[in-house]
Amino acid sequence: MHAAPDLIFRTLADPTRRAIFERLAQGGEQTVHRLTDLSGVSQPAVSKHLGLLKQAGLVRDRRAGRETHYSAQPEGLAPLIDWMGHYGAFWRDRFDRLEDLLNRMDQ
Amino acid sequence: MTKLASDTRSVIVERELPHAPQKVWRALTESPLIEDWLMKNDFQPRRGHKFTFRAEPQPYWNGVTDCEVLEIEPPTRLSYSWNASGAEAATGVKTVVTWTLTPTGSGTLLRMEQSGFRPDQDNNYQGAHYGWPKFIAGLERTVAGLGD
Repeated sequence: MHAAPDLIFRTLADPTRRAIFERLAQGGEQTVHRLTDLSGVSQPAVSKHLGLLKQAGLVRDRRAGRETHYSAQPEGLAPLIDWMGHYGAFWRDRFDRLEDLLNRMDQ
Repeated sequence: MTKLASDTRSVIVERELPHAPQKVWRALTESPLIEDWLMKNDFQPRRGHKFTFRAEPQPYWNGVTDCEVLEIEPPTRLSYSWNASGAEAATGVKTVVTWTLTPTGSGTLLRMEQSGFRPDQDNNYQGAHYGWPKFIAGLERTVAGLGD
């Protein structure tokens, strides 16, 4: 079940939260401690951000011993992906390249 | 033209090119030329031929598009299926790309229609060649205007 686009947008509108999400998306699973070290805000603040990201379906958590590990859940972004918009931009870009090729071809 | 089911939609791009249809046709149907402007491929101009387009794999997208030539009528009409591949096949895009070439006085009117998008296609993050970092960058621009 996906979160509503509105909730996802609101969740990612906060720059600190977005930075945490990007870090998880690009760097893989990490602990709250590690994220706190990297984010420059307090651990309770990081935990609160992670809770909101989890609520929006953007991260999941896994407890291992005394640590909670968080990872990005990219499929949580799926409601935001506008396929037709993406492909529209993709094909217009490829038409440009095609024209460029045609100009370089002899006949 | 095939009537689309009412619950699917298309992306259409059209452009007038100052080049003869035969030349445009070559760019659409010769594998090394296709690679030049679109993607690496093993296309062959034969109906029923199955081929793939390959881009660099990216996080959450394997970079592969599965295709099959559905129609080929030189030099006016070409269509192939355009489907997500591998683990993403079940949930990914299942579309058809149709190229139509119409001669004009000074060249060719080239039309591309990618049909079969489902409005409910939300369980899918193939990336559309934009990939994760670019997607995030776009998202950042979108949310920048929203405030808290």
